[in-house]
Amino acid sequence: MKSVTLQSRLTSVLLKSLTILLFFAFSVSSYSQDVDEARQKAGKKLFKSLCASCHKLDKKLVGPALGGVEERRENSWLKSWIKNNAEFQKVNAEAAEAAQYSATAMNAFPQLNDAQIDDILYYTTVGEIKKAPAAGEVMVGNQVLEKNGAPDWLVYLLAAAIVVAFLMIASLLKQVSELKGTKKPEVQSNLRRDLQELWVGVKNNTFLKVLTTIFLLLIGAYVVFGMLFTVGVDQGYQPIQPIAFSHKIHAGENKVDCQYCHSSAKHSKHSGIPSVNVCMNCHKAISEVAEGTEIEWNGQIYGKEQLDKEIAKVYDAAGWDPDELAYTGEEKPVKWIRIHNLPDFAYYNHAQHVTVAGVKCQKCHGPVEEMDEMYQYSPLTMGWCIDCHRETNVDLKSNDYYAKIHDELAKKYGVEKVTISQLGGLECGKCHY
Amino acid sequence: MASNKKYWKSVEELKDGSVVETLSKNEFVENIPTDDFLGDKDTLETSSTSRRDFLKYVGFTTAAASLAACEGPVVKSIPYVVKPDDIIAGVADWYATSMADGYDFANVLVKTREGRPIQIMPNKEANGTTSARVQAAVLSLYDEKLRLKEPTKNGKAISWADADKEIGAELLKLKEAGKPVVFLTGTLASPSTKKIIEQFTTANSNITHVTYDAVSEAAATDAFEAVYGKRALPNYKLEDAKTIVSFGADFLGDFHGGFEKAYVNGRKPETGSMSHHIQVESNMSLTGANADKRIVAKPSDVVFALVNLYNAITNQNVASQATPIDKEIQEIATELKKSGSKGVVMTGINDVNAQLISLAINKALNSEILDANNALNVRQGSYKQVQKLVSDIKSGAVAGLITYNVDPVYTLDNSAVFVEALNKLSLKVALSTENSATVNAMDYALPTPHFLESWGDTHFSEGKFGLIQPTIKPLFDTRQIQDSLLKWSGSTTSYYDYLKNYWSTEILNGASWNKALHNGYFHKEATATNNKSVASTDISIVEVAKNLKLNTTPSAMELNLYTTTGLGDGKQANNPWLQEFPDPITRASWDNYVTISIADAKEMGFSNPVKDNGAINGDYANVTVNGVTVSNVPVLVQPGQAKGSIGLSLGYGRKFGLKEEMQVGVNAYPLYKGGNNIQYNVSLEKVAGTHKFACTQVQKTIAGRHDILKVASLKEYKTVDPKDHHHGWNKPAYVSYDHSEVEANTIDLWDEHNREMGHHFNLSIDLTSCTGCGACVVACHAENNVPVVGKNEVRVGRDMHWLRIDRYYSSTVETREDAKELGLSRGETYEALETEAENPEVTFQPMMCQHCNHAPCETVCPVAATSHGRQGQNQMAYNRCVGTRYCANNCPYRVRRFNWFNYANNNEFDFNMNNEYGKMVLNPDVVVRSRGVMEKCSMCIQMTQATILKAKKEGRKVNTDEFETACSSACTTGSLVFGDVNNKEDKVAALAEDKRAYNVLDYLQTKPNVIYQVKVRNTNEA
Repeated sequence: MKSVTLQSRLTSVLLKSLTILLFFAFSVSSYSQDVDEARQKAGKKLFKSLCASCHKLDKKLVGPALGGVEERRENSWLKSWIKNNAEFQKVNAEAAEAAQYSATAMNAFPQLNDAQIDDILYYTTVGEIKKAPAAGEVMVGNQVLEKNGAPDWLVYLLAAAIVVAFLMIASLLKQVSELKGTKKPEVQSNLRRDLQELWVGVKNNTFLKVLTTIFLLLIGAYVVFGMLFTVGVDQGYQPIQPIAFSHKIHAGENKVDCQYCHSSAKHSKHSGIPSVNVCMNCHKAISEVAEGTEIEWNGQIYGKEQLDKEIAKVYDAAGWDPDELAYTGEEKPVKWIRIHNLPDFAYYNHAQHVTVAGVKCQKCHGPVEEMDEMYQYSPLTMGWCIDCHRETNVDLKSNDYYAKIHDELAKKYGVEKVTISQLGGLECGKCHY
Repeated sequence: MASNKKYWKSVEELKDGSVVETLSKNEFVENIPTDDFLGDKDTLETSSTSRRDFLKYVGFTTAAASLAACEGPVVKSIPYVVKPDDIIAGVADWYATSMADGYDFANVLVKTREGRPIQIMPNKEANGTTSARVQAAVLSLYDEKLRLKEPTKNGKAISWADADKEIGAELLKLKEAGKPVVFLTGTLASPSTKKIIEQFTTANSNITHVTYDAVSEAAATDAFEAVYGKRALPNYKLEDAKTIVSFGADFLGDFHGGFEKAYVNGRKPETGSMSHHIQVESNMSLTGANADKRIVAKPSDVVFALVNLYNAITNQNVASQATPIDKEIQEIATELKKSGSKGVVMTGINDVNAQLISLAINKALNSEILDANNALNVRQGSYKQVQKLVSDIKSGAVAGLITYNVDPVYTLDNSAVFVEALNKLSLKVALSTENSATVNAMDYALPTPHFLESWGDTHFSEGKFGLIQPTIKPLFDTRQIQDSLLKWSGSTTSYYDYLKNYWSTEILNGASWNKALHNGYFHKEATATNNKSVASTDISIVEVAKNLKLNTTPSAMELNLYTTTGLGDGKQANNPWLQEFPDPITRASWDNYVTISIADAKEMGFSNPVKDNGAINGDYANVTVNGVTVSNVPVLVQPGQAKGSIGLSLGYGRKFGLKEEMQVGVNAYPLYKGGNNIQYNVSLEKVAGTHKFACTQVQKTIAGRHDILKVASLKEYKTVDPKDHHHGWNKPAYVSYDHSEVEANTIDLWDEHNREMGHHFNLSIDLTSCTGCGACVVACHAENNVPVVGKNEVRVGRDMHWLRIDRYYSSTVETREDAKELGLSRGETYEALETEAENPEVTFQPMMCQHCNHAPCETVCPVAATSHGRQGQNQMAYNRCVGTRYCANNCPYRVRRFNWFNYANNNEFDFNMNNEYGKMVLNPDVVVRSRGVMEKCSMCIQMTQATILKAKKEGRKVNTDEFETACSSACTTGSLVFGDVNNKEDKVAALAEDKRAYNVLDYLQTKPNVIYQVKVRNTNEA
């Protein structure tokens, strides 16, 4: 991956001026097409909500590809078919024949009026409007690259060259002066002399010596302790996953609920990594990402071509043949890398936090909906757990389990709210067994 | 005065100046052997490792370890490709199924996590019970060492298709030649399998089916068949019994139907009446230990006593002989007559004549307790047929043998003859779950799945049907025997379809299959025969008694073979949980041994010296019966063993295929002549050598605080005020405070915890209901990932059992103070005690962390690793523990266990935690502890927390009696009851206030959350 990207970056640098010229030359043409954007948008919206689960424009899915369908069928025929294809089949032989295309019968859409159907058909005819790349960006292959200034490696190379050159000059000068036989100056610089005098002073003063030693020891202990406390804390851990799955696209842009995929979070101690069949619920219909989709993955930008390959990996795992639209039975479980690892001696239960306490996933996992690549947001240390348990109030009222405890507490202390720690949430045995 | 009794754990304690007293003061009997190393000056000086080098190594390893710890390992998470709907990772599923391995039969519930069975519990709805062996069976599933993994022919892998083809061809050849083939199985108790075998043998008329039980109950089934016309074992409704007289029948220990529940139900002191249980026996059995009155007699005397009882009850005079216990027998006869139809006599003497007499006595009593209608189908074996098979093979009359899950090469008394004869067979097929000497002796070895991987059905007793369903996908390339038989019969149906069809046509009678499968059982009205015997007129008891007298040849030394609670017939000998399970009576693990009476031991010079590390040694003896010698059997002196008799357990000494660590004990099957557990003309010869027992008998002693037990008689219970200052049987402890005697619980060192808010857990242990069966011990093992430490570690007192069952002997002789009053010298006192030790009373006391509200361990922990939870649990944070062991030292109950080693992933402890299969049984909710930390009973905090979470998720209160621990769910007699005392409807709340309730060592003011209920014995009514 890396080398390919490097190569393409190099190409981009070499070709940049030429491309910019080309871009300005042809940019006008992309706007010259006469497209009614409002109709296209309305049609697209309807298509996405009603048709997209079975149809694509350029590929067959459950139903045939619909791109340019108006060239193949009469507009009136299509309207009758879409409104109620079952009825239409009874009166139209062509329609009965068309119904043989798939074993799955198409739904009837009596709710659509003619104008709406026309919009949909308009969308199938004109398709997607090509987005004109904004100025300052350049398309190479399928990747959009930033072109602000030189690539990083060039800067480093230059810096390295300067340093090397500087060192070479310095050593040359030194050699030259030695060859000339110039003696070192007898008198040292003031700074050095001062330091020497200070050292001698400290050496002779016991109090200062002890003070310095203590100071150094304290600093040392502080540093060592700080280091030790980071052992086993993997905040920011971001391993490379086998599939470039972007939470940003799924949970952020498409607003898929966290628990749609992590469905066991509400029942179990584990949030559950979704099984591939859950991916296939949607990806059976979605075999490619939208034009222009891009994510940042492992320090690189993945564009459409790459991301479609990632979806293909899901098909590979599920044993789904996207051409035949059938399962082959050859399944390959995905070996995800676990990011949030608690030690064995700590017991954590998602259901307790998600279902009972109603804690938002983001509270511990951070802004997942903005992460292309998932990482460990929280330190997952005991202190971090405890802090939350100390501060968070338990909602005693809306859960019958707490009813008795709430009555007793209210009677005894006259309190309405208690924190988790006051209910015993800091006891060792609650998490360590 | 019950509380003045002397309680003791070992014979050695009765001797003066015994090391036991010293040991009782040490929590850790084994010191760290620094002296062995540092004390040896020569070795130290010649050692090439200087002190400086040593420090260098320490420094380097510490640095290396810290560096290695900085980099965490990469953990992979692999989800299902298609997740089954009913599996949620992290949530347990329970399945109802049945166990039927030919020896143990039980209706059980199986807990699975992520598709792995991890625990077996009794299916209480189906009236199911579990024993230690049933509980441990889940580990046998993962026995990668012994399980057969693929079909083989002469040790080489063969495909199922090829095996079927070859075996089918050979069967056809034999059929055409008219040569007999024998199909040898254990007791199956499966109606559908019976039908399949019938079809198989009808289609192939040369094939006969022979049932073989390694530990035979053939006499009992033969006798029952003769009287009632059905080959089965009599059932007993012990809950209604008034008087139970057992002649050597170990109905509580030798589990084959779960009588303990009915037995205990008939012994509830609260109801005011308890059955009176008299046991006449020679070995100290679990049943004898529970009896109200135990009469010790040699095996031959037991036989004649039975006949004498018959004579006394029926006023006849059939052939018999006087016994030393005739006076007691007369008393028993009177009592039985008084009890009439509420009396019952049982016998474990494996002689058909004795069994017939026992049935005749019950008939004479008109006993309602003996239940012939619901006879048990769990033993079908016929010893005669098996012996005929051996001679037929030898003579060439049989040409083929197909075995299923039996190991005659190991269990036959004439095994050598059998093995030699096997060469004459042209077809030798073994279908087996596990590898065995028999499998090895056959040509074809066809693996069958474990019962947790199988479909099947059971028919334990009349009208009580059960289903077996798989709880895991077969681990290995196995095929069920039923599928094999169907295939060889030319059928193409799978056994699952066959079973379903069979049940809907033959059993369910229109009821739902799914419901029966869900419940795991299906109860049908028994076809009543009203206990009518069919052939009673033909049986002449005079003849029977004559034969019995002929068979019984009293001799100076007699042998009573028995099976242990742990290993049974030896089927699960490769199961480390069962090997490490201490025998309820002898408290020895990893061994079998000759049990000998104190008097005989003295005469023959056998003893069990206690070493200063708490380990017990023993002598070896050769046991010879009718010319057959089993040599080098360790000898254990057993109080309560009849003089002139020895006991020896079957099921040990199995070698083939077993892990080296499990190849312990001696094989006693060669002595099991005629399938009879009693052998006469025994000679015992002391031989050289010292045996090292792994016996927890004197370990974990309680510093002489033997008032830990409280026992009362039923009369006392009913008439005496428990708190009466002089005669009370449940007096609180008193201490001197401010120059006056006050109740100990009024003063305290500690501040009181608030115990009213939220849950507060208590565990009540009824000593009356506890039979000492040990199912809870194994359940605790499974639930809490308790490691197995092996024989040598147990020997030095490093066993890790969180829950142990202490066994106390007690003698009726009063205390030493009383002896002093009587003017006995110290020596005389011990002698008096020892005479009593010939037949002591036995009391079992389950002992685990008492979860003290004022815990001494919490006070001394320097790092606050053990602390008190407000739900009453004493919590142990393993990750905080630094291993000072102060807590264990300060615990008066000796329940804390120290991890001396890493028991997981350690080749030195090559048990279930050291292989990938065995680790599948681990409970994922409980951490596996590492070296250097203390552990102990957590009162199953993972289970109480799970119950609370379930209630919270459903937004409701915790239901009444919803809280459970592993031990309380495993306990079928209801001795262990767990619950929340702050929920007044919970059973335990009432039990905590019961007049029998007491805390052990209450004068220490630890205020435990474990409550014991005083043991009540029904002694007065006899």
